[in-house]
Amino acid sequence: MSDTATSAAADFKPAFDAMKNAGARSLRQGAWDAFLREGLPNRRVESWHYTDLRAALRSVAPLRAAEPATPVLKHGQESCRLVVLDGAFRPDLSDLSALPYGVSALSLRAALAQGETEILAALAGAADDPALALNAALMQDGAVLRVSPGCVLERPLELANFVSGGAAHSVYTRSLAILGAGAGATLLESFTPLERSGAQENHALILVLGAGAKLGHVATISPQGEDAVRVVSLLPTLGESSALNSFCLVEGGGLLRRQIFATLIGANADVSFSGASLLRNRDHADTTLVLRHEAPGGKSREFFRHIVDDTATGVFQGKVSVAPLAQKTDGAMQSKTLLLSDGASMNNKPELEIFADDVVCGHGATCGRLDADQLFYLEARGLPLKEAEALLVEGFAREAFESLNNEALREELFKRVGAWIGLRKVGI
Amino acid sequence: MLEIKNLHVSIGERKILDGLNLTVHDGEVAAIMGPNGTGKSTLSYVVSGREGYEVTQGEVLLNGENILGLAPHERAAKGVFLAFQYPVEIPGVATMTFLKAALNAQRRARGEDELQTPDFMKRVNEAAARLGVAKEMLRRPLNCGFSGGEKKRMEILQMALLEPRLCILDETDSGLDIDALRVVSEGVNALRAKDRGFLVITHYQRLLDYIKPDTVHVMARGRILRSGGPELALELETSGYKDYIGEAA
Repeated sequence: MSDTATSAAADFKPAFDAMKNAGARSLRQGAWDAFLREGLPNRRVESWHYTDLRAALRSVAPLRAAEPATPVLKHGQESCRLVVLDGAFRPDLSDLSALPYGVSALSLRAALAQGETEILAALAGAADDPALALNAALMQDGAVLRVSPGCVLERPLELANFVSGGAAHSVYTRSLAILGAGAGATLLESFTPLERSGAQENHALILVLGAGAKLGHVATISPQGEDAVRVVSLLPTLGESSALNSFCLVEGGGLLRRQIFATLIGANADVSFSGASLLRNRDHADTTLVLRHEAPGGKSREFFRHIVDDTATGVFQGKVSVAPLAQKTDGAMQSKTLLLSDGASMNNKPELEIFADDVVCGHGATCGRLDADQLFYLEARGLPLKEAEALLVEGFAREAFESLNNEALREELFKRVGAWIGLRKVGI
Repeated sequence: MLEIKNLHVSIGERKILDGLNLTVHDGEVAAIMGPNGTGKSTLSYVVSGREGYEVTQGEVLLNGENILGLAPHERAAKGVFLAFQYPVEIPGVATMTFLKAALNAQRRARGEDELQTPDFMKRVNEAAARLGVAKEMLRRPLNCGFSGGEKKRMEILQMALLEPRLCILDETDSGLDIDALRVVSEGVNALRAKDRGFLVITHYQRLLDYIKPDTVHVMARGRILRSGGPELALELETSGYKDYIGEAA
């Protein structure tokens, strides 16, 4: 065992000891062993080059010892919501009685206790990543959702992760949504601190789309405290002719690593990932995407917009790989960044790895400032500089929201961009 | 209305305007003609307030007030409007959002009430119908995917909505075919009014067949070298600018 792994073992051992008997023992042990082989990733690990998790987690916070007081949570009622608070599924705060016909939901703990083979296999996930291995070893709770084959839901389902404030603590959640063949749903996923803190969060959501299933996924990651460290993973697997349209709004706060490991295992699957990141102060937000086309006729689109202010840092790593079997793959990836200050920085690393010969794949990454010609045009029409800047920043972000088909939801989320701009400290 | 007195402007070490004098009266359409590179666009930018130009001497008076110290949006609120030679495309910004923001920003600056949506829509739709601007264009992001003619029409639509006192048309004829030129010119002519002045910058006499100027000024080497009536434009069409460039040699 290396020094790093020894230190990792010591830092996380209390949490592992607390969780190792909470179901799925062999899954946890395997993940723990895998984590110990590598330890926390640092800059020398290629896929973590721009985000040094080891440095950020120099001091590992404990799991929360006592259950938090039951909070009063705002809920617009437009979705059927499942609540996970500080890593514990909360039936008392969830709309379990309002679940639509064809949908079943239970806590991760209950699912692990039942030990159904299909669920356990899906929960294992298929990505090789140390932070994800740690998540599997230490998963406290989460939600397991199933939508029956052919069942098309009108009302969105929501998986709401809340984390309470106070002294820094660690949270590990793992959730799963399985859509049967031909099922259709919208899943909202939110990460919201009840109060900003230095919480250390590690969340994973596994999505399994059966043949012909259609899922809209909309994630919102609200600002956390400046000492917070968050890893948010998404692991979708797409069956034949299934479609996933996934959007994420990131509002920074401390260090955030969002990672997507997507696999198109069935032919003619269609996947789209888009998102906007709004970063300021000393925020560090990393979006890392690893997408594998493993079957023919797949289509993938990635479209990300990053707005970086003050001395914040953005990272986008997108890797699309096309297996030899995956002929006729159609892939396009785009990442654009707007830097609003001299101290802001962005690291873009798009990659294509193509082993099939009949494919159309492309990528583009740009990084720039507000355009002087556009600014003058707006000013010359009467808009004060600050308003002109705000309009351009909104316009830049706007394009990432266009993939959201639900207009009411799109406009509701887009308001957050305006609010974020409104809080800017100084003009550009 | 507009008085430019002994204006000297540089960009870095390079002198662009060199003692330019020009007056445009209320209700007057003044044409400025001249060869490439004589500072015509610089003049339009300096009057409308673009950064990056150093005014070393002189004044620009709008209704008696020197506007050189004002920000572009303050000049706009006082009635300066520049119809751009190359209107910029702004992806992600809806045309209607932009129009309403611009109109209301100017109204606020003048201490007037903001227009509410129904009133605003009515004005836009009327102006769009007059100028043959398709509703579909208004639904697109600002100037995105517009042809050259559509962009210029959008400029005139904005001019009609914002009701400026001084309209500067910077080579509005560039990139227009005959039909588009006619539509744009008719739009401009409809806005001629006794309390509104126009500064029409162009290379060619052609535009002035459609927008009849009251005065024509020949600009070269950073100043006005000759002024006259509409006949001066016709003379230039046959003789060209060589006499004026010649003076430089």
